[in-house]
Amino acid sequence: MAQMNMKEAIRDAMRVELKNDPNVYIFGEDVGKVGGVFRATEGLQGEFGEDRVFDTPLAESAIAGMAVGMGIQGFRPVAEIQFVGFIYEALDQMFVQAARMRYRSGGRYNSPIVFRTPFGGGVKAAELHTDSLEGLAIQTPGIKVIVPSNPYDAKGLLVAAIRDNDPVFFMEHLNLYHAFRAEVPEEAYTVEIGKANVVREGSDVTIIAYGLMVHTAVKAADELEKSGIKAEVIDLRTLVPLDIETIVASIKKTNRAIVVQEAQKTSGAAAEIIAQINENAILHLEAPVLRVAGPDTVYPFAQVEDAWLPSTARIVKAVNQVINF
Amino acid sequence: MSKLPYEVQSEPVTPLSVLSPEGEVVNEAYLPNLTDDQLKEIMYRMVFTRTWDERAVNLGRQGRLGFYAPVSGQEASMVGSEYALNKDDFVCPGYRDMPQIVWHGLPLYQAFLYSRGHQHGGQIPEGVHVLMPQIIIGAQILHATGVAMAFKKKGEKRVAITYTGDGGSSEGDFYEGMNFAGAFKLPVIYVVQNNGYAITTPYEKQTAAQSIAHKALAAGIRGVQVDGMDVLAVIKAVSEAAERGRNGEGATLIEMITYRYRPHSMADDTTKYRTKDEEGEWSLKDPLVRFGKYLEKKGLWSDEETARVKEEAKATVNEHIKKAEATEKMTVSGLIDSMFEHTPAHLEAQKADFQ
Repeated sequence: MAQMNMKEAIRDAMRVELKNDPNVYIFGEDVGKVGGVFRATEGLQGEFGEDRVFDTPLAESAIAGMAVGMGIQGFRPVAEIQFVGFIYEALDQMFVQAARMRYRSGGRYNSPIVFRTPFGGGVKAAELHTDSLEGLAIQTPGIKVIVPSNPYDAKGLLVAAIRDNDPVFFMEHLNLYHAFRAEVPEEAYTVEIGKANVVREGSDVTIIAYGLMVHTAVKAADELEKSGIKAEVIDLRTLVPLDIETIVASIKKTNRAIVVQEAQKTSGAAAEIIAQINENAILHLEAPVLRVAGPDTVYPFAQVEDAWLPSTARIVKAVNQVINF
Repeated sequence: MSKLPYEVQSEPVTPLSVLSPEGEVVNEAYLPNLTDDQLKEIMYRMVFTRTWDERAVNLGRQGRLGFYAPVSGQEASMVGSEYALNKDDFVCPGYRDMPQIVWHGLPLYQAFLYSRGHQHGGQIPEGVHVLMPQIIIGAQILHATGVAMAFKKKGEKRVAITYTGDGGSSEGDFYEGMNFAGAFKLPVIYVVQNNGYAITTPYEKQTAAQSIAHKALAAGIRGVQVDGMDVLAVIKAVSEAAERGRNGEGATLIEMITYRYRPHSMADDTTKYRTKDEEGEWSLKDPLVRFGKYLEKKGLWSDEETARVKEEAKATVNEHIKKAEATEKMTVSGLIDSMFEHTPAHLEAQKADFQ
């Protein structure tokens, strides 16, 4: 066991898989020599050589498209898109070409690719660096969507993603890269894709969250406890496939739920989760399921970011609304 | 006005031709080295492809085929370029490039199934090194680039080839692909079949570049222009590009100047944007006529031979369209199961609505 922050755990996942599987290749803008703008691939080129870990020209569509071409030749590319807002340049290759390869070819070809990208607010970054674009991926058939919230899950989920024979959109929250350290095994291990995690047990209300919002939700739960409300917090970890079973099991116990997402309110993950709760657990609900989300504006200017992002106070308020419904 | 010393220079290019429209060898030095049997095989394939195209248009009108992009006129660029490859080279076609992948090994009935919108059309047999046709113009250019990257990394002496049209050369992916191939020195051939039109939009409205071949300069790769109605010129250019790729000399952009005698697709009306004069002029350059004359002079071909191949092609097309029509119908459950290697629970549950 070692103490690692999430960035180090992500790097370690790539390191163990580069070692385990000669078909794993890592590439993107500045991921080679310097090891990425966040150093998430630092040292990997030194250890595994320029053949396995390499820099590319600055063109996201070609990075993703090259991964698709390498994928059908038996390689397992881990392609980095430097910041989430730049995935728009690569959407056709990620969400059309890679996501449809198995289906279009009736299983003849597949896309065993991980598209890694940092995202997430609270770091006062420049425009289009921090948007939560998981909603685009969620509504795209054929690609799995993973958003880890801690170092242990990040490593285990990334190893699982690299070993998955279908494409994975792997979103790394900027605000969690260096937020804290945790125990992470040094060997390879996997965390199952599609399995949520109950990070805090409670009996009065279920708070469903992912990414940074898991931590905001846990803080809100601490506060709620002071007024005697016991909140259960679920870290989804994977948005596609969604672990609706864990959510329903929790709601059967608490009969109340809210969903917290950093993304804008309309559409996105929360709407889908609430729809599935309606389909699977309506008779167990004592109140409507509410959303805590960003307002439906363009991602905020850095100066107003803190006010815009879902806060502990807004989560507490939403929980009180469903408790007092 | 003369160019200034600090202005980028770009000389005009002359397309490579080996045969005159009368079938005379005009460029002995570039005549590809082919046996009589090979020459006959090439002619066979071009006549077969023309016949298949004629039949496909009719089958489309009868509702027995779906989406279909006609190819008549482009036989030299399509058949010739594929003929110049090895069987283990990899083809990333655009939506019009069905002949290349069929001659590379995709069974014809699967091409028909693709047209009819059946998943089995894309289930490329093992050992056939092609992708299914690409609808997103330019996307295939990046796939070929990635395939070439894989060949280079594995140290295999193979090339990837990809095709687009003149319109496709305006796409960002066209430039990005070539630029990656230049930067990584990849064994890939980018073929632009310039037939003068992207649906109704003529070349002049696509770009002010004096040729598409010149666009190779922007990526630092080799660019050549070929008379795309001259099958021997096409074979020469592609063989040379493939050889360079296998020898680690990098990528080539080949612009093939060609013409399609038929509409862009079954939904297109060429009378709105093309003139009879223009069509007449290009019919004199028909690749089948030109190559046929060359072979006749060598005593290798005759009109009777053409008639025989046409009959054979018609019979083969009939056999394959029947096989396509007899293919088992698809089910929604089958589609669901083809999404992922292991069908996730939520998709498994959705099958219930279709049973």
